[in-house]
Amino acid sequence: MILASTVRRILSQLRHDPRTIAMIIVVPTLLITLIYFMYEGQPRVFDRIALTMLGVFPFIVMFLITSIAMLRERTTGTLERLFTTPVGKLDLLFGYGIAFGVAATAQAAVASGFAYWVLDMHTAGGVGLVILIAVANAVLGVALGLLCSAFARTEFQAVQFMPLVVAPQLLLCGLFVPRDDMAGWLQAISNVLPMSYSVEALTEVGMHTEPTGIMWRDLTVVVGAIVVALILGAATLRRRTA
Amino acid sequence: MQTAIEVRDLVVRRGARAVLDGFSCAIPQGSVTGLLGPSGSGKTTLMRAIVGVQIVASGTVTVLGHPAGSVPLRRSIGYLTQAPSVYADLTVAENARYFASLYRLRPADADAAVEAVGLTGARHQLVADLSGGQRSRASLACAIVSRPEVLILDEPTVGQDPVLRDELWDHFRRLAADGATVLVSSHVMDEANRCDRLLLIREGTLIADDTPAAVKRSAGTDDLDQAFLTLIRQRKGVTA
Repeated sequence: MILASTVRRILSQLRHDPRTIAMIIVVPTLLITLIYFMYEGQPRVFDRIALTMLGVFPFIVMFLITSIAMLRERTTGTLERLFTTPVGKLDLLFGYGIAFGVAATAQAAVASGFAYWVLDMHTAGGVGLVILIAVANAVLGVALGLLCSAFARTEFQAVQFMPLVVAPQLLLCGLFVPRDDMAGWLQAISNVLPMSYSVEALTEVGMHTEPTGIMWRDLTVVVGAIVVALILGAATLRRRTA
Repeated sequence: MQTAIEVRDLVVRRGARAVLDGFSCAIPQGSVTGLLGPSGSGKTTLMRAIVGVQIVASGTVTVLGHPAGSVPLRRSIGYLTQAPSVYADLTVAENARYFASLYRLRPADADAAVEAVGLTGARHQLVADLSGGQRSRASLACAIVSRPEVLILDEPTVGQDPVLRDELWDHFRRLAADGATVLVSSHVMDEANRCDRLLLIREGTLIADDTPAAVKRSAGTDDLDQAFLTLIRQRKGVTA
């Protein structure tokens, strides 16, 4: 099956790059440890920020990795060659989504495990939900990365999309200023940025022992954003180019 | 002999310039056809149009009776791009096996293709660690892995040592003898003598479409380089 072998191919590429694997797994854990020491003696604040970061890191990392990987497919000619084979666009899009989704699951599991059991992070809801939302966020990063790679010609340009795509979402997601306290127009922007919903979903898990309706609604919005980004991404994959 | 590839009145523009300007040719099945011309003459553009990844302004390209790039052709075409298009962060074997899997072929088929390009000894090396010539052979292995009926090879022998080049040409000849249609671009004229037919192309127009012997005869020389030159001059004389 073409999709399965595409997933295997992308994971093999990752496997040959142990440094990247180490960065994927270790960096979020290190940063959360940093946050732990920044807020030593304020466990409530640490809980809130660390929980948000567990959703933000996978998004950033997967966005970057995917946009570079897809840009390489475009610039090295492998994409053009694939389009002369029986590969479908969906095989490629889902191939990347699934392969990097697997990597993101490992990342989220290690970072969450470390936060809960070593740094003593507390949430009312379960760790499984945290990982679920983190992985949804990672796949959102993959989908947006695939889309943005179409607008970059070089790797220099591709990395510049990170501040453009990630920073506004991070600033307006409610971590720095509660969304209800923002000016109306900022709130309006915040309302259309998918990360606002994943952070709200994580906050719900932090406060409630059982999954809430708001959490499921937020997760649905994130999944919807993934689907939209993938459809737009598919539209940028052109079999014929100039 | 049946026609495998038919190009009719093909126009491809890049910006205001016509890279191919009303190009027509027919390539017979089961042959090795050489596509020769200087750099920038439109060779790669023609090949991209044949495999169906080139946006064309007008004209038609028909391969094995189907429009170029259509779904049924994607199982029967092999395409080697000019720059090696394989995954540098995979081994030779992993690359070949991935491309084999796209045609539902087994790893053994992939290993056979690696063998055919003389990379068996390097099959577990990452493509990134190979020499330029080895890289392009790794790329070639992925193009021939599906034993395609139509094989489009953009400068497959650049940078290869003479012995290997000879072996690769033998391989192309064998594929054609088995019924495959092979189109090979080159700017090395001595390779042209190994083709059944030649397409000479310059500035997006066809200068000659014949057997190497006939091309030389019509130019009145035994040297293909010289023949190419003569044909260009004759043509200029006609249009002037």
